[in-house]
Amino acid sequence: MGDSQYSFSLTTFSPSGKLVQIEHALTAVGSGQTSLGIKAANGVVIATEKKLPSILVDETSVQKIQSLTPNIGVVYSGMGPDFRVLVRKSRKQAEQYHRLYKESIPVTQLVRETAAVMQEFTQSGGVRPFGVSLLVAGYDDNGPQLYQVDPSGSYFSWKASAMGKNVSNAKTFLEKRYTEDMELDDAVHTAILTLKEG
Amino acid sequence: MSIFEYNGSALIAMVGKNCFAIASDRRLGVQLQTIATDFQRIYKIHDKVFLGLSGLGTDAQTLYQRLVFRHKLYQLREERDMKPETFASLVSALLYEKRFGPYFCQPVIAGLGDEDKPFICTMDSIGAKELAKDFVVAGTASESLYGACEAMFRPDMEPEELFEIVSQALLSSVDRDCLSGWGGHVYVVTPTEVRERILKGRMD
Repeated sequence: MGDSQYSFSLTTFSPSGKLVQIEHALTAVGSGQTSLGIKAANGVVIATEKKLPSILVDETSVQKIQSLTPNIGVVYSGMGPDFRVLVRKSRKQAEQYHRLYKESIPVTQLVRETAAVMQEFTQSGGVRPFGVSLLVAGYDDNGPQLYQVDPSGSYFSWKASAMGKNVSNAKTFLEKRYTEDMELDDAVHTAILTLKEG
Repeated sequence: MSIFEYNGSALIAMVGKNCFAIASDRRLGVQLQTIATDFQRIYKIHDKVFLGLSGLGTDAQTLYQRLVFRHKLYQLREERDMKPETFASLVSALLYEKRFGPYFCQPVIAGLGDEDKPFICTMDSIGAKELAKDFVVAGTASESLYGACEAMFRPDMEPEELFEIVSQALLSSVDRDCLSGWGGHVYVVTPTEVRERILKGRMD
């Protein structure tokens, strides 16, 4: 996490007030595989295409969508290895919550803590921001929820969203197709159609 | 003399019909000398969760302060109150953190959970939780309290009757214990109101 020789942050402000490293991280996200999420009336769908670089790749070894708890899942756009690190940390946080309260972690709390980790890496010494944006889908006492978490650590709640390549096409398509009272099956269907658009 | 008997205490929590009662004695002593006769052992965490702490007075106060701190942060972060079951798990975790240098307290937790179902539990000083459906007791008078509760308890008592039973059990038990007494402090909690009453017993 940055040793004593690197006790200064590598992410610093430019004169225009931007954190350039985060902008670059978002570019990395924008050139990653498309992923999307749709919140239905009775659940949430997250989807991405499993595009393998060659037919020789063992597709069972590639896991682009992972679960963080039995009722929270996550998909990403951007750098796979960074995603794996975040999944590991988030799972640990969810388990720590459970160990303390013997209750499953609410979606908002897990998203908040994951976002805090991502923000840490924009300020800590000697590290770079994560090159992924996450779409966290979960179902808890507050119903179905969908959150996007960016490399900067900001998070947004969405009814439907997309990230990665072709994001503008995908979002336009979702805007047209989305309705508040969609059933889960409709949402799955719409998700697949949106991916095909790209 | 055991450290748990240094200050003297008596605590009781009992389940009724859609309600619960939690009661304590009021004496704070330093071994045989009585220092205070209005010592507070039961704390409200929020409208539907009450915590009673028996044992060493200083540890009870500090533990309470730590728990209020944790609960307030929880309320701010999660924008909701803690369920009594969750609070009990938190108390248990906090106590076990000090496994090899514990708080000399025995907590009693009582609350109304989901759908206002009464919940009571107690634990030892290092966090071993014990749930009960009828009553839990703690403190220097616990042995007498067990006997009194076992004899007087009936399931599904209405709040008024519950108050009577809890008061009788408490007062008769602390009379048999020289380290607790000097009156009683009883809370009867229903989904709509909290009734707090002070009992006058044998003032010795």
